[in-house]
Amino acid sequence: MSERVLDGNAQESEKTSLARKQKMRSVLQIVGMLPILIILAIFFEVSTDRFMSWMNLSIVAQQAAINIVLAAGMTFVILTGGIDLSIGSILAASAMIAIIVSKVPDYGLLGVPAALLIGLIFGLINGVLIAAMKLPPFIVTLGSLTAVRGVARLMGEDTTVFNPELPFAFIGNGTLFGVPWLVVIAFAVVIISWFILRRTVLGNRIYAVGGNPDAARLAGIKVWRVLLFVYSMAGLLAGLGGAMSAARLYAANGLQLGQSYELDAIAAVILGGTSFTGGIGSIWGTLIGALIIAILTNGLILLGISDIWQYIIKGLVIIGAVALDRYRLREGGRT
Amino acid sequence: MTATQDVSIQLPAGVDDVVPELAMRNIGKSFANIRALSDVSFSVRGGEIHALMGENGAGKSTLMKILSGAYRADPGGEIRLRGELVAIDGPLAGRQHGIAVIYQELSLAPNLSVAENIFLGEEKKRFGFIDRKAMEAAAKPLLARLDAPFAVSDRVAQLSIAERQLVEIARALAGHPRILVMDEPTTSLSSREATRLFAIIRQLKSEGIAIVYISHRMAEVYELADRVSVLRDGTLIGTLKKEEITAPTLVRMMVGRELSSFYTKEHRHPSADRKAVLEVENIGDGKFIKDCSFSVRAGEVVGLAGLVGSGRTELARLIYGADLKAGGRILVDGKECRIDTPLQAIKSGVVYLTEDRKALGLFLDMTIRENIAVSVLDEDALPGGILNLKAARERAAAAIKSLGIRTLNGSVIVGSLSGGNQQKVLLSRLLETKPRVLLLDEPTRGIDVGAKSQIYQIIDALARNGAAVLVISSELPEIVGISDRVLVMRDGHIVGEVEGQPDAPITQEKIMDIATSTAAIRAA
Repeated sequence: MSERVLDGNAQESEKTSLARKQKMRSVLQIVGMLPILIILAIFFEVSTDRFMSWMNLSIVAQQAAINIVLAAGMTFVILTGGIDLSIGSILAASAMIAIIVSKVPDYGLLGVPAALLIGLIFGLINGVLIAAMKLPPFIVTLGSLTAVRGVARLMGEDTTVFNPELPFAFIGNGTLFGVPWLVVIAFAVVIISWFILRRTVLGNRIYAVGGNPDAARLAGIKVWRVLLFVYSMAGLLAGLGGAMSAARLYAANGLQLGQSYELDAIAAVILGGTSFTGGIGSIWGTLIGALIIAILTNGLILLGISDIWQYIIKGLVIIGAVALDRYRLREGGRT
Repeated sequence: MTATQDVSIQLPAGVDDVVPELAMRNIGKSFANIRALSDVSFSVRGGEIHALMGENGAGKSTLMKILSGAYRADPGGEIRLRGELVAIDGPLAGRQHGIAVIYQELSLAPNLSVAENIFLGEEKKRFGFIDRKAMEAAAKPLLARLDAPFAVSDRVAQLSIAERQLVEIARALAGHPRILVMDEPTTSLSSREATRLFAIIRQLKSEGIAIVYISHRMAEVYELADRVSVLRDGTLIGTLKKEEITAPTLVRMMVGRELSSFYTKEHRHPSADRKAVLEVENIGDGKFIKDCSFSVRAGEVVGLAGLVGSGRTELARLIYGADLKAGGRILVDGKECRIDTPLQAIKSGVVYLTEDRKALGLFLDMTIRENIAVSVLDEDALPGGILNLKAARERAAAAIKSLGIRTLNGSVIVGSLSGGNQQKVLLSRLLETKPRVLLLDEPTRGIDVGAKSQIYQIIDALARNGAAVLVISSELPEIVGISDRVLVMRDGHIVGEVEGQPDAPITQEKIMDIATSTAAIRAA
């Protein structure tokens, strides 16, 4: 609180400089990791010469799409200071149900709502355990990470289910005015998330609960309702991710699908500058974070770097980027 | 008259009759392009208590952080210890030079023992293992010196706040400091505990330690200090000797103008037949708070006094529905209200200002606007739960204007405001819900003199408009200054009431008599 002096009898000049400083801060916060994203893109373009082609960028966007959707859900959760480790498993279960329902003659399109519903239900269960029974989110979702994975395997009797005639295959492979459906959906999710977080009463309360849960309760906020919402939202979006994944692959496998997706989603949220303790962050940051991860994966493949090194480099870049960000915003930064 | 006459004492060591333990000269400090301190000179002799006063943001903490090595002063200033020029370039250097600072926020590890806390970071070791016996043996004489009523092996979590403070002092003393800085040590102490602390401070003084005592409270400074220095806006306004210290002089030096009357009580005490707005009947929590009944009339300010730990905050939280009640009823405007959650309280017209605005009140990372509007979002919302940004902006602008919150605009992050302005933001949030009953818990804790006076005016205005106000405070002069009637709590009960009469005003003595009378009080 070294700057307490400021708000005292601040002189006019100090006032304007303070205003400028604050503006800079908020610009930095919004822009966040964008410079890293741009630097990576330039680097890969220079070193591969193929990166910036429309073709490749479209591939990157499609690869990023599912993680963007998952990470949007994760943003809601982390903004309240929580965590959801179960979204990869929920995605697998939802993808399974999507494929299974898609095989029902005439009603195959219902696979998509079925996936959403399953995701929502698992999210609701997480939410009830956390919000009503006040269990720690880490433990609850660690449990459902395992349990829901089991459910996913159970649904296909532990086999891979296929549907080569998937009625909603266009979601995974078609385009809308030349833009892949996956990308359209991901972008729509980001826009809707932004609207909820920044333009609704609920969104305001999400930030409040994450920033100071005790104060939120004393201010008359029903904290349990906010928590129930964010975990349901994370589940619903994981369900959507499941439908997208099923549509892309024409298949689903309860054992392998979605393994460690939650970690990529968490990485995207943290890269995006959202505070791990809640209350600070934005969906735009998450979008940029998810794109950084996708570009990195794609670029390293283009460079012909081995799978093993890709892991190592990706991990280091995530840590390095966040360290840089904290360093830059040291005053307002906290993890 | 005395504003700058003490310059002689600030002269370099050697000119003064005694070589001061500490002499800081021409200290300045800038953060980016903001000057937090300019040209401040300050000295303390061994065995002297030098009080440092000033509003929040005046630069007291910055000066002390430079002394302790947490900050580095701008070039041009110098720090001399016993006449010798020193460079304090880090917290470690500060300690090595015999400077110990006890900060306002206690920094103990609750799950460790007293001895472990005293030697935290400098544990005594044997063969690389913690030597608990040696630490406890070394801690014992320190506690004896402070006359501490607990054992070296007690866990800190079990100690009261006052006792924890003793642990902090013991920790500071373990380093054999020559200079001890205490930053508002009495903030969370009852007056009895404070009195005991003063005795300890005087003892340390008699041992020859140079003490810098930072405080907001006039009475303490008056009682303890050998000299007082006042900072304002980062500059030294002046240093007074003991015999020159008077309340009006200090206030003028701190605020820069006369405060005509510090407490405001313009509202009339409503007569006893005026209807009660808040009636509390036999409220308890089944554990500590038992069978509390009282009422507050429209336009009345009722003080709730008692020692820290007597149950005042707990009672207010029960009424507000923040904690679970075990029996009793609450009536607002004669109607029984079911209040099990804060939300129900707000809807019934009852609001509560927490004593801990940072931990329990504010959203420090959010804007002033968001903090003010948070309890009325539903009321303002557009169809579909969409935020009404315009309404929130207007509410914030109106509140900033009417409560005099010093800020650029409503988009400023609350965490960057001073204590007084933060408190006004929190108060604005309560007022937005148009409450009938206000439960204000330590409404002026940790805020500067000017803001305090404004808070008193606000409370007075609320009473004039017919609200029922209950004020909890540990500062008796404040309770006496603004209340029409005072309830006194002890051990979870309301044990007495002092009503102000034209010919027999409320006095601190009457309150303390009730608060401390019987022998039933546990050792503080």
